[in-house]
Formats: sequence, structure tokens, C-alpha cells
Amino acid sequence: MSSAVAISAVAKHYAGLKALDGVSLDIPQGEFFGLLGPNGAGKTTLISCLAGLVRPDAGQIRVMGRDVQQDYREARRLLGVVPQELVFDPFFTVRETLRIQSGYFGLRRNDDWIDEILANLDLSNKAETNMRRLSGGMKRRVLVAQALVHRPPVIVLDEPTAGVDVELRQGLWQFIRRLNGEGHTIILTTHYLEEAEALCSRLALLKQGRILALERTADLMAQHDGDTLEQVFLRLVQQ
Amino acid sequence: MTGFYTLFYKELLRFWKVAFQTVAAPVLTALLYLLIFSHVLDEHVQVHGVPYTGFLVPGLVIMQVLQNSFANSSSSLIQAKVTGSIVFVLLSPFSHGTMYLAYVLAATVRGLVVGLGVLLVTGWFADLALHSLAWVLVIALLGGATLGALGLIAGIWADKFDQLAAFQNFLIMPLTMLSGVFYSIHSLPPFWQQLSHYNPVFYMIDGFRYGFFGVSDASPWLSLAVIAASFAGVSLLSLLLLRSGWKLRG
Repeated sequence: MSSAVAISAVAKHYAGLKALDGVSLDIPQGEFFGLLGPNGAGKTTLISCLAGLVRPDAGQIRVMGRDVQQDYREARRLLGVVPQELVFDPFFTVRETLRIQSGYFGLRRNDDWIDEILANLDLSNKAETNMRRLSGGMKRRVLVAQALVHRPPVIVLDEPTAGVDVELRQGLWQFIRRLNGEGHTIILTTHYLEEAEALCSRLALLKQGRILALERTADLMAQHDGDTLEQVFLRLVQQ
Repeated sequence: MTGFYTLFYKELLRFWKVAFQTVAAPVLTALLYLLIFSHVLDEHVQVHGVPYTGFLVPGLVIMQVLQNSFANSSSSLIQAKVTGSIVFVLLSPFSHGTMYLAYVLAATVRGLVVGLGVLLVTGWFADLALHSLAWVLVIALLGGATLGALGLIAGIWADKFDQLAAFQNFLIMPLTMLSGVFYSIHSLPPFWQQLSHYNPVFYMIDGFRYGFFGVSDASPWLSLAVIAASFAGVSLLSLLLLRSGWKLRG
């Protein structure tokens, strides 16, 4: 199967600190892929490079065959990113936010899909509410909706369930699983390892900008018979 | 095209939703300037044969066009950078030219809306002539776009609100206030008169006023040339900054 995301020897330095040190990995289309690692491992930097928010010092990243630097406009159309930070534009309602985000991607009449996303993320009754008036969990749902509004084949979720309640997590994962079942490639970073274990078919473990492990989840667990992913994670990170 | 239109519309909506602050407030400020200065000077001063209030009104109009064009693009960018919502623009498939056009055009529209408001409110107090509507519109458009592009540069450069405030207070305000809004530069001592000719904003004020009265301190064609060159310069710089990703993309 061809690659949804192909990352080749990507390096990024910040003032002498190696945030990414020659990372290479390939994520096939339709995969539910987990990117794990302790804080400062380079997960968000790697995602930022993938999304074009950060320019790598070396290496190449392709999304569905499109180079994120050379062919950045097409690569961005193929990618939906849920940022880690809880960011929003305080001037607009939820529906305005999603319409604007649709327009950014060239979609003028997208209300049917917007309504479907709102319903799936349990946001329908908040559609006309200003973003400032939403709780943290609700804002997180809008971030997810914004990433999905242009139906990207590759969806990146950077700690999407940080600080949100169980109900949202369940609803969110149900929706994301459905999208994955429909062929969307999902890339997830999370500190909730039980989520990664349950959802991701393959995992990469990053530490200090390098890949420590890149395995199918089942294989990784089998190699450490009887351990939970949390125990495996701790063992690999502490090596 | 939809992407450009949406970003442009979003920028318009952003200032229109807080129009009391972004439109009404600068109109009131201009009105206060007019009431104070015209009360003190109207009976004593004529400039280019025009009563002082009539001389002042076009200056106040174009000053607010320029300041508000700058304020729109710069405040939009710095706010988006500080809150992090700039990420939604950066993740989108905009070309650098599209971003430039949307921000600068929206900034110009705000400047023109405020300028029209100032003209409507202050125009009651003066007998205004109109020498050339085309000249008035061209200078207002080019001047607004120039300051809109400069606002884009300032918004990209600034990391914090106080840096932007410094840019506004120590560069934009002196350049606009000392550009002949309230006086003809011929009333200045020779040194300051000469110095005013190095201020591009002077040509925007002077050129705009020419559109009303048909007289000006500098040649109107020189004013147009300086404004066009300034617009080209700041546009080129802002496009280069957007392309480089400086302070926007890590």
C-alpha cells in the first residue's frame, strides 16, 4: 500500500538542542498510527514539520506523495491537524469558525458536512455559541471539527484528549475510528497509553529526537510478554 | 479564490464585530481634534487660502485612513500570534500572495470605512471643495494599502503587544502627526520643512489634500510617485517575510 506519510531523515535543531535527529518513518494509507514519547521527545516538532508549521533543517516529508515544502499547498489540503494547544479565534461562533476554516480550504458550501461533524462531536447545540463561551472540552471538540472540515485523507491528532472528560473521549474515538474505517489515515500522539494500545495498529516511540522503537502494537506487546504498554514504554524510555 | 475571499471576509468580520472600538472610536477622536483645533484657530488661520477647519478636515480623514489600515493588519496578526489562532491560517493552503492580499485589502477597507466616517462627521463643520475625486480615492487607496502592508510587517515582527505598541507609538504616530495634518509644512522652519520631505506620510497627507483643494505643499505627481514607491517597497518586504516564514513558521 502506498504511503500516506513518508518521513525521511528529518532533522531539526533549536539553539544547539536536537529536537529531531534524522527521523525516518513510513505510514501507509489507512493506518491508525501512534507517535509516543516522553515530553520533549520531538513528537510535536515532528508533527509541526509534517504540517509545515516548522521547517526542518534536513530531510524530506511527503503527504500522499506531496512534498510539504515544495508542494505545500497540495500537501496541506491532504492534511488535517488538531493542534495540542487549546487555541481559538474569540471573534466567532462555532459555526462561523467552521465555515471560515472550510473557506480556507476552498470549500464554500460545506454546511452538510459541518452539521455532520457537529452532530458527531456533540456540538450541534453549541453551533451558534461564541468560542469564548465554550468550556475547555468543548473548545477541544471544535479543534477536532476544524481539522476534519475539509475531509482530509490524513488526520493528525496531537494529544486530542488532554484534559477532556471520559464522555468526549469515548465519542471522539468512536468518530475517529469511523473515519479510519472509511480509509482516513490517523496519526495520534497521546500520553494516555491505554488509548494508544487500544486504537493504534502501529507505534513509534520517540526519545530525544530519535526513534527508539517502530513496531506493530501487537508485536511490541508480544516482545514484552505480560506487560502493559505503559510498562513497555517505561522500560524502553529508561534504557 | 474561495480561500482568499474567506480570509479577506474573516478579516472584515473581525473588525466589524467590534466596530464600536475599531470604527466609532477613531471617528470620535478625529471629531475631537477638529472641535478643539478649529475652535482655537479657525478665525485666525488660513492655509493655501482655505479656512483652517476646511484645511484640517482632509488631513484628519487621511490620518485616520492610514492609522486604521495599519492597526487592522498589525493587530490581527499579533492577536493571532499571541493567542495561537494563527495556526489555522498557517495550516491552510494559502500562498504568500493570497495572505498578503487578504490582509492588506481588509486593512485598506477598514481605513476607508473609518475615513468615510470621519469625513461624514467632520464635513459638517467645513465648506469642503472637491478638486478631483479620482485623486482623493487613489491616494486614500494607495496610502491605506501602504500602511496595511506596513502593519503586516509590524505584526509579523512583533512577538508581544507592547512591541507592536512601541512600533505604533514611536513610528506610526510621529510619522502621521508630523506630516502636515494640522499645518502646512511651509509654516515650519527650513530644517523641519526639509526633514518633512523625507517622511513618506507627508506626501500621503499632502497628495490627499490636493484632491480637495487643488493646491498642495509638494507637487501632487511627486506625492503619487513617493506613495507608489513606498507601497511597492513595503509590499515587497511583506511578501518576502511571508515567503520566508520569519517569525511565523519555526
